[in-house]
Amino acid sequence: MTAKTLYDKLWDSHLVRQEPDGTALVYIDRHLVHEVTSPQAFEGLKLAGRKPWRKDSIVATADHNTPTHDWDKGIRDPISRTQVETLDANIREVGAKAYFPFRDTHQGIVHVIGPEHGATLPGMTVVCGDSHTSTHGAFAALAFGIGTSEVEHVLATQCLVMKKARAMQVAVEGKLGRGVTAKDIALAVIGRIGTAGGTGYAIELVGSAIRALSMEGRMTVCNMAIEAGARAGMVAVDETTIDYLRGRQFAPRGELWDRAVAYWLTLRSDAGANFDKVVALDAAEIKPQVTWGTSPEMVTTVDGKVPDPAQISDPVKREGAERALKYMGLAPDTPIAEIRPDKIFIGSCTNSRIEDLRAAAAIVKGKRVAASIKLALVVPGSGLVKRQAEQEGLDRIFTEAGFEWREPGCSMCLAMNDDRLEPGERCASTSNRNFEGRQGAGGRTHLVSPEMAAAAAIAGHFVDVRKLV
Amino acid sequence: MEKFVRREGLVAPLDRANVDTDAIIPKQFLKSIKRTGFGPNLFDQWRYLDHGEPGMDNAKRPLNPDFVLNRPRYRGATVLLARDNFGCGSSREHAPWALLDYGFQAVIAPGFADIFFNNCFKNGLLPIVLPADVVDKLFREVEATPGYRLAVDLENQSVTTPDGEEFRFNVDPFRKHCLVNGLDEIGLTLQHADRIRAFEDKRRAEQPWLFE
Repeated sequence: MTAKTLYDKLWDSHLVRQEPDGTALVYIDRHLVHEVTSPQAFEGLKLAGRKPWRKDSIVATADHNTPTHDWDKGIRDPISRTQVETLDANIREVGAKAYFPFRDTHQGIVHVIGPEHGATLPGMTVVCGDSHTSTHGAFAALAFGIGTSEVEHVLATQCLVMKKARAMQVAVEGKLGRGVTAKDIALAVIGRIGTAGGTGYAIELVGSAIRALSMEGRMTVCNMAIEAGARAGMVAVDETTIDYLRGRQFAPRGELWDRAVAYWLTLRSDAGANFDKVVALDAAEIKPQVTWGTSPEMVTTVDGKVPDPAQISDPVKREGAERALKYMGLAPDTPIAEIRPDKIFIGSCTNSRIEDLRAAAAIVKGKRVAASIKLALVVPGSGLVKRQAEQEGLDRIFTEAGFEWREPGCSMCLAMNDDRLEPGERCASTSNRNFEGRQGAGGRTHLVSPEMAAAAAIAGHFVDVRKLV
Repeated sequence: MEKFVRREGLVAPLDRANVDTDAIIPKQFLKSIKRTGFGPNLFDQWRYLDHGEPGMDNAKRPLNPDFVLNRPRYRGATVLLARDNFGCGSSREHAPWALLDYGFQAVIAPGFADIFFNNCFKNGLLPIVLPADVVDKLFREVEATPGYRLAVDLENQSVTTPDGEEFRFNVDPFRKHCLVNGLDEIGLTLQHADRIRAFEDKRRAEQPWLFE
């Protein structure tokens, strides 16, 4: 028998049919739904007189538009409110396995609540009208973002028409230094292969540094596979995966649990399986990362400097760097440690889980946010994360330091609600995209780990968190 | 979906790499529950000098004269010439909806992000991958030649310049078939409903925990 990659196994086990040219019909187990990319799909379904194929595959929540404060006042923006109410109505009509509407105690970012309820399981195909669906690959699921037409396609047929991607292995061997995190692995990989480096690939992350990560850390790395251009990132099942899932609400129990675990433990690449591309990183050499530009590949280390575009030979890249520095208001060769954020954002589907909040709180504890910081926000990924953090007293650590402790949601990662940067404001952000205007028109984003964001909040400028932990 | 066989039109060059879908259509316009009306806000933050919000009268907003689509010579363009990794970032299908609503019918680039590329086909917007040196040459020709037009022939898989120079491109046969015939992909998939049901039954028996 030929040795198979994890991706081969996931692909093969979901093939309904395949044309000779490779065009395949792939079965979808879990369909995550949020308010922004679904209304047109539900409308299309209805207009065509079609019924949803399997409503118990749907897990839905409202996260992108929802405010993170004054929940008792509802959603003030009427357009946002309409979108959230449209999701309420669509789920009421169509049904779902689970729906966590605005203000529900289990509501949260769709990529946080799926795993924490055990709605994401190994061996599944998981889709959502959201590019960060790659997050769920941390559970050895084949998980990827889709557009609204495909949301409608899955609603109507429980399948997608697609072709198999190529397989890339990213191997991170060795031990991460203290203060170096999953986020730094993700940014270091993107810095190495570029934001288009993974285009056309499904990435499997392997190696002792990946195995040593918690499920939260693995989710952070898989979450950012899409920033490397790969629709899917994934990690094989091991005891860490099984331990995380045991007892979760939608995870199997009893005899079914044992059967499931036996199967799940086969979800790893066979020895000698062939990858189309292999990238290797030494964990010990990865330093805390900070982006300086307007694409996640525009990244360097905390002890580094903003590059000088004049030194870049490729004309398209040089112009890109010049444009980015102008937008970011940075001069060439500025040391990263001299960059001073105006705002701090700890949150997003990349870094808003309990472990992220614990790590940030450990840096902040007993200190004060620098006077130059206009706003420091902590937005937990879900109601459950928020409750857990409050039980551990993390909320008090943050608020006593001068952070604001908010309600869960996507918040300032994409600024569809009121949480945003004003033009020219600079942010140390634990989110995933530093695109122009992403966190607010004219806003300037530096992507970092939760520890690095917390340290920048206290110091008022970026600092090497390795010196603090 | 409208059929796409052969189109010919004015070309506009957008000379920057890694154009993300946040730039193509900023998030504040994603609050709409419709598929239409995104054209006036295509590239909103580059195209206008003020900050755009839904509900504004876009005709009264100050245009950025430096942005390429605002130059009179590119008015009415239907082919967008772009750089590598066009459409990266968010999966928002509002990006192809906005490009189509503005009037674009095809985008030519050395490479596209996967989800955006996929979304284009679902809506009858043709993304064409040409080698970087060919795209370079087209950028030079477009910028040097006011009124520069390209003919895009999906059936023949070719792009033809005003001088008659022809560049062939690859396209997935199934996607081409759907686009040339304007087919509804969901309808095609539902022709295999029995196969899907049989697959599902087998899966339910093997992994019942997925169906609880």
